[in-house]
Amino acid sequence: MTNVAKKKTKVVVGRTIIWLSIAILYLPLLVILVFSFTTSNTMTWSGFSTQLFSNVFTHPEISSALTNTLIIALASAALATLIGTLASVGIFYLKKPLKQIVNAGSQITILNADIVTAIAFMLLFISISNIGIPLPDGYPTLIIAHTVFTIPFVILAVNPKLRRLNPNLYEAGLDLGAGHMRTMWTVIFPQLLTGMITGFAIAFTLSLEDFIVSQYNKGSIETISTLIYSSISRGLDPTFRALSSIVFVTVLVAMLVFNAVSSQRAKLSERLRRALHSVK
Amino acid sequence: MTQIKKLQFQRKHFSYPYIVICVVFVVIPLFILAGYALIDSDGNLSLSNFVDLLNSATTYMVFGQTLMLSFLTTLICLILAYPLALLLSNASINRSRTIVLLFIIPMWINFLLRTFALRELLSMLGLGEGYFSVLIGMVYDLFPFMLLPLYTILSGMDKSYKEAGSDLGASSWQNFVRVTLPLSVPGIVSGIMMTFMPALSSFAINDMLGDAHLFLFGNMVNDLYGLNMWNYASALAMIMLIFVGLVMLVGNRFNRRNIRSLGGAKQ
Repeated sequence: MTNVAKKKTKVVVGRTIIWLSIAILYLPLLVILVFSFTTSNTMTWSGFSTQLFSNVFTHPEISSALTNTLIIALASAALATLIGTLASVGIFYLKKPLKQIVNAGSQITILNADIVTAIAFMLLFISISNIGIPLPDGYPTLIIAHTVFTIPFVILAVNPKLRRLNPNLYEAGLDLGAGHMRTMWTVIFPQLLTGMITGFAIAFTLSLEDFIVSQYNKGSIETISTLIYSSISRGLDPTFRALSSIVFVTVLVAMLVFNAVSSQRAKLSERLRRALHSVK
Repeated sequence: MTQIKKLQFQRKHFSYPYIVICVVFVVIPLFILAGYALIDSDGNLSLSNFVDLLNSATTYMVFGQTLMLSFLTTLICLILAYPLALLLSNASINRSRTIVLLFIIPMWINFLLRTFALRELLSMLGLGEGYFSVLIGMVYDLFPFMLLPLYTILSGMDKSYKEAGSDLGASSWQNFVRVTLPLSVPGIVSGIMMTFMPALSSFAINDMLGDAHLFLFGNMVNDLYGLNMWNYASALAMIMLIFVGLVMLVGNRFNRRNIRSLGGAKQ
């Protein structure tokens, strides 16, 4: 075989492996997608129907769990992004021993086993209500817990942007008479925006994904994860098939569109840069 | 000069809300956890919870099974993800970031929904509940966490190292073993950490895909908690915490040594 032919085979084999892996990864989700269009309790075809999709929004348990999950994820991701971005800037200017301690704190939060985190939060919330501070179970406990364990991920997402930031920008803001808060809000935040968006997205997903921490601190409300877990034993409602398909398709389309738009924008700015260059 | 010092002093204040949060919601809970773990059934301060746990054969069985399953999961993920990451980062095979994104998208779907989908698929294929199904479920769930750090480090690798290798007469195998593999160690370490750690505490996948034979650390804590034996559950959680701390130390040491040796290579 010639070298060129060898290289060609390598490329074909490589691409085949990649697409095969994608196929395996998506197979379970596609099977569920197909069976979302039939109403039988087990995975057997009993005629085409879109009943399950309307059930998602009318099923009282599922629709309320969906609302709870989204509210908690949005609230905790927003809080985590705000606190985490501020912390990221603050930690940047901390001196050594304290800086290391705070970073170790973040690392513990990220690496700690979920179940340890979950129990630790539960014991804390019990102790807090034992000393007489009212802290209702449910939204408050879950939003606090999710915010706390997602902040370190926001810090990780913002840090690379922060390192590339021109330190004089902050000085400039102050020199032009803006206070610290205003400088942060009007000068630094816009510069860190892409990192903050990434951080928000990570925090939001982690909150949606979370099961163990929610399970231990949910009080009387259910999230999607805890609802699925609690209904395993009594057999999963087929409505979950439609729910999982809706989530799957939404995520897939959103991510692909977002990706297409951002790569289009990158291409445009590249072309613009080249055009400007040739004018020079 | 004094003005700049004053400014810096102000700026680090932005981290204070987080520091307060860390103390109240991360450090204090761990002390409360330790407190519960150190109080026996009579309400006295003692190590009896730990002694009971360490004297029970169940504890060792549970730890053994959990470590084995987590180890196998991590190993299979690594074996599957490394070649794939190599292919994805190879410019002549894949230039598209969208394809990489396709591997990450399932992470955005709730893992219980994904496990539920997998369970339906496995039962259609005639694979019932059992160890093998749990293993498939764990690998399916954690695979992207292994792939991503590997892809990041392999695609960001300076091509000139490999070119230098082949210029000096290394075969592509030698080039891989002596150049690419050592340079990718930080990615391997973070991939292992990101797969192994969540594997240690997972129990929902076992509940959904396993039969009654496999009893994991997460199951044990969860059951103790369900039986209102919080002190034992806390002691068990403390043991896990110490274990996580040790893994963290080893991981950090590994990464630092690697950064140092990379620095050495550059000089």
